[in-house]
Amino acid sequence: MSAANKINKDELCKLFRCFIAPQYVISDAETLKPYECDGLSMYCEMPLVVVLPETVTQVQEVLRICHRYTIPVVARGAGTGLCAGAMPNAQGVVLSLAKFKNIIEINPLTRTARLQPGVRNLAISEAAAEYGLYYGPDPSSQIACTIGGNVAENSGGVHCLKYGLTVHNVLSIEMLTVEGEKITLGSDGLDSCGFDLLALINGSEGLLGVVTEVQVKLLPIPEKARVVMAGFDNVQQAGDSVSGIIASGIIPAGLEMMDSHAISAAEDFAKAGYPKDAKALLLCEVDGTSEEVQEHIEKVEKLFHSFGATSVRTSQTEAERALLWKGRKCAFPAVGRISPDYYCMDGTIPRGQLAHVLTEMQKMSDHYQLRVANVFHAGDGNLHPLILFDANIPGEFERTEEFGGKILELCVAVGGCITGEHGVGIEKIRQMFIQFTEQELLQFTTIKEAFDPLGTLNPGKGIPTLRRCQEYRSIEPKKVTTHD
Amino acid sequence: MTDLSKELQQQVLTARDEKRALSIIGGGSKSFMGRETSGSRLDLSGHTGIVNYHPVELVMTARAGTPITEIEAALAENNQMLAFEPPRFSDAATIGGTLACNQSGPSRPWSGSVRDHVLGVRLINGLGEHLKFGGQVMKNVAGYDVSRLQAGAMGSLGVITEVSLKVLPKPAATKTLVWDMDAQAAITFMNQLSARPKPVSAACWLEGRLYVRLSGALSAVEATVQEWQGKEWQGKGAFGSGSLDSDVFDSEKFWEQLRHQKLDFFNQALPLWRLSVNSTAQIASLDSESLIDWGGAQRWYRGEADKTRMESLATEAGGQVSLFAGGDRCSEVMHNAPVVLQTIQKRIKDSFDPDGIFNPGRLYSWM
Repeated sequence: MSAANKINKDELCKLFRCFIAPQYVISDAETLKPYECDGLSMYCEMPLVVVLPETVTQVQEVLRICHRYTIPVVARGAGTGLCAGAMPNAQGVVLSLAKFKNIIEINPLTRTARLQPGVRNLAISEAAAEYGLYYGPDPSSQIACTIGGNVAENSGGVHCLKYGLTVHNVLSIEMLTVEGEKITLGSDGLDSCGFDLLALINGSEGLLGVVTEVQVKLLPIPEKARVVMAGFDNVQQAGDSVSGIIASGIIPAGLEMMDSHAISAAEDFAKAGYPKDAKALLLCEVDGTSEEVQEHIEKVEKLFHSFGATSVRTSQTEAERALLWKGRKCAFPAVGRISPDYYCMDGTIPRGQLAHVLTEMQKMSDHYQLRVANVFHAGDGNLHPLILFDANIPGEFERTEEFGGKILELCVAVGGCITGEHGVGIEKIRQMFIQFTEQELLQFTTIKEAFDPLGTLNPGKGIPTLRRCQEYRSIEPKKVTTHD
Repeated sequence: MTDLSKELQQQVLTARDEKRALSIIGGGSKSFMGRETSGSRLDLSGHTGIVNYHPVELVMTARAGTPITEIEAALAENNQMLAFEPPRFSDAATIGGTLACNQSGPSRPWSGSVRDHVLGVRLINGLGEHLKFGGQVMKNVAGYDVSRLQAGAMGSLGVITEVSLKVLPKPAATKTLVWDMDAQAAITFMNQLSARPKPVSAACWLEGRLYVRLSGALSAVEATVQEWQGKEWQGKGAFGSGSLDSDVFDSEKFWEQLRHQKLDFFNQALPLWRLSVNSTAQIASLDSESLIDWGGAQRWYRGEADKTRMESLATEAGGQVSLFAGGDRCSEVMHNAPVVLQTIQKRIKDSFDPDGIFNPGRLYSWM
């Protein structure tokens, strides 16, 4: 960078304040503090400046200035992400899209919603409800997380086996390039000519552009939804039941599993009536027309019994359905009550490997002397081990991180991947080289350069640079360690 | 069942050394699509075989040259299917070509497209590197989604050698309802039906008749037929009553012919235009002569037409047009892309294929 292209913090703020209200250009340490991390608070960094523009034109101007001076830009939604994907860059600008909260249009006939990126996930379904419609992907953070962040992470949720991830439910986006140029990807139609750039942007963690508008598909609210809860004496039986349901031709709307630590914590917290003596618990939701739900519920109940369930309970009312889900949805905070801190992992595995993976994980748990509770999107193989630790004990977080890394290596070794829905961010960047070869990582890097040649959009996240990759390789053994 | 990936990789490396363009071909059933190109053949028709299929995992992995017929036969043994109903323009159609051309059938708006079902790919890039992206699990957000990027890229980013797909159970029951109505009314009506929580799995209008397919649990399909059949809709009977398929025609055959483009509508020498548009758009000058599929989101028009005019009609309808088959295949056949998107696409092309050896000009003249 030439001297002419350098700018100090005060000059930069002055430039921003020419077109953004002064109170929305934040540069003092105290006000910057809340932006130092996202939902993964172990990773912190104070940004140079935070801006909260209110119009797309202002966002464009921010990008143009940052491009001119080669200043890193980290776009931020609600900051609920769990991979430090929105952690600031010390030399960079945090571009908050919190002011973009408007639902621009809901069209009941086309079954679509046009949204600004800061619209909360749950707010979409709330607004669409009067038309009998809702938005499919429902990450656990849906009360707070925003659609812009959902696009960045390609968020899933409890219902994604049947209704898909964000990438399956977005029709088009309006995006600004790193140079501040506005482009539209996708259309009102279901596909477009040329490369499917929309598929690239979903899950790109803010590395390719800044999303300023999203058009999503809405689905008709099912006539009926019921949930069957089943307790099992062992994980293998619960896993077999999951396969049994899929083999019977039913695609459940949600299919969740919890292990004994998670059941116990969730029950103490939510009082949902979970069998605390069970080693594994399944929640299977079936939705559709009233007739279909009746037919499938009977099948699921029979299957659970035939696979040796020790208890089976089916929701009779909406209130009971909500209660049965409450325990699952509160599982993370519930686990937070039985441990000072917990660290949530996000590996994905082929379902058939579940019993093996849980057994291996128990061995690691013994080795590291750290408890682990498991919550599992059983329908789509997405595992959320919660490692319980105490950050106040010196060295315990480092041990936790290492344990987590080993879990992800195990997921890859059995044919899965390092992240199903939380993203790579900074947190899992080290594990990227377990899943990908250097050639593959280099291919990702060149894709990044196609959009962002100077590498100023969310630098250091998502895709490791090869230099870093070499460093990681030299310190991390590639072999999966098992603890006999 | 043969693994030719090493040979294919070698052929790519040789072509790169010689700066020689390659024309990637599987079964050749979709060679009419895209622009006319030259280049020596890189034949994937021998690179076949289902590599992995676990019905309870809902995942299948097959080599790119595996015929769709072989894949569907294996799935049918387990009462499963490719829910995106890929069209077969001939029985030679392969899974690699289906992904490269992003081909999906009548169920697409409800079940998703091939792009939506792809979980992972292996591909040889322009450097001759055999790379693996995505995987065999339903959710994977590590790295960019290179697998879905292949959908519709028409082989211009690399040689797809292996595809992993999500597969789904076949519906227990299927029935079709038909109504007589004009195109304008049908477009609105299919969108209204799609907004109901009923098991609609296809909706198509052709020559004064609307066809709506219902698929799912038997009880759900039967109850919906009962509710919708004979029901007077909206404008107090303006749409007439729905009648059950079996009274009228062989519905299974109709959907098969629609899916594989074997209906008489497709069997003409005139250029075939495909419009991918807002499902509710009314295109007054085309609709009544079109075949309207995907609940209104995909329109087929057969006839000589000016591409610029077709583009402006499609843009007005919220979408895009392509010259799908026939007509002038030396000029552009895809909807024109704005300059900034051309630049990004060229850079992406360069990132995969720096020497421009894969299917040059097939997608756009400038690529």
